[in-house]
Amino acid sequence: MLNVGQIEEGFVLDHIKAGQSLSIYHHLQLDKRDCTVAMIMNARSGKMGKKDILKVECNIEELNLDVLAVIDRNITVNVIKDGVIVDKKELTLPKEIQRVFKCKNPRCITSIEQELPHIFFLSDEEKGIYRCRYCEEKFDMRSLERVKIL
Amino acid sequence: MRHLMNPLDFSVEELDKLFDLANDMEKNPKKYAECCHGKKLATCFYEPSTRTRLSFEAAMMNLGGNVLGFSSADSSSAAKGESVSDTIRVISSYADICAMRHPKEGAPMVAASRSRIPVINAGDGGHQHPTQTLTDLLTIRSLKGRLGNFTIGLCGDLKFGRTVHSLIEALCRYEGVQFIFISPEELKVPDYIIELLKSKNIDYTEVISLEEVMPQLDLLYMTRVQRERFFNEEDYIRLKDFYILNKSKMEMAKEDMLVLHPLPRVNEISVEVDDDPRAAYFEQAQYGVYVRMALIYTLLGIGEE
Repeated sequence: MLNVGQIEEGFVLDHIKAGQSLSIYHHLQLDKRDCTVAMIMNARSGKMGKKDILKVECNIEELNLDVLAVIDRNITVNVIKDGVIVDKKELTLPKEIQRVFKCKNPRCITSIEQELPHIFFLSDEEKGIYRCRYCEEKFDMRSLERVKIL
Repeated sequence: MRHLMNPLDFSVEELDKLFDLANDMEKNPKKYAECCHGKKLATCFYEPSTRTRLSFEAAMMNLGGNVLGFSSADSSSAAKGESVSDTIRVISSYADICAMRHPKEGAPMVAASRSRIPVINAGDGGHQHPTQTLTDLLTIRSLKGRLGNFTIGLCGDLKFGRTVHSLIEALCRYEGVQFIFISPEELKVPDYIIELLKSKNIDYTEVISLEEVMPQLDLLYMTRVQRERFFNEEDYIRLKDFYILNKSKMEMAKEDMLVLHPLPRVNEISVEVDDDPRAAYFEQAQYGVYVRMALIYTLLGIGEE
């Protein structure tokens, strides 16, 4: 078993699909924060075969769980306080997500209108499909390469 | 304040009311000739569309109102880089209602969110064109006497044709509609439409041959294969004349079948069919004016005053 130093306050994101931790790191904008981050890739997992884990030392309130749910609902979020797990957060798909993902449809009004917030609404909860509020183009948010951060 | 962005924005009951009003306007034009006196319709057309724009303008004039507007982005402030949000705020001070066509999808919705006057989506890219769908529904209802309990064949480009997609979605709300999709393999209806039909347990068939299904049809909706949808000129040339409706095919059809087409047609309906009493596409264009009249009247809240 691999051991990485304990964190005092923050969160541990477990059961990340192997290889996805780096893009989650970017989507959570952890690169813009001054906090300790441990990224464990391709760890052995009984459930998944292989998985990634992210450990982040920061205030848990600062984490946008909506973004995480949209990326992968199966990620486990463990909240750490004083070195122990105090909570496990359930990820649910937000009905609407604003200003996080960019609509990639070149025919969409968001491609030219200044300062228009990019908004997606949940159109199929089962399949996790979101549609742009303006052009209604559908995006599978789980395919990370199809969306990019603003 | 109410806008029209999507053909499904109005409930079936609201549409019935709208169509009754449109039929009344058709029968009693004088009764409505002055009802929009002093009102102005702004036609903001960021891309050219003669038919839709003139249809809106004719509708407003039939109601005794006035029209102003522009017919291409070059002749508007968009050429100077003005946003849709800013334009509509200004237009709100000039007119009482606005019909907007824009090449970018969702532009009329952005306008509606900033507008002080009702906005009608007059076509936004490949996204929606609700007044075309309302025209189709009014035509069917007026000439067939009902919406529902018929077999409709949709023929031609079923993949890229947004009018077809909107019409299917709109007809799904009525009982007893059977769909027959007639298209070449490359231009079949998209998966999401098929999923929608399956989820509602609605009967549909997909075929390639038009002749084969002709005798079953109560309605035939023809569409044009649009050159601008193809990346490859070769594919376009191969598919553009895949279906040509002519006299001999019409002989196989029921006596009361109707042929509809959103127009403009190219050669998918042979000119010899025009004189057939079942050819309803020019009447359809006339119904387009009535439905826009009823829509302007309703959105301006004229009857409620």
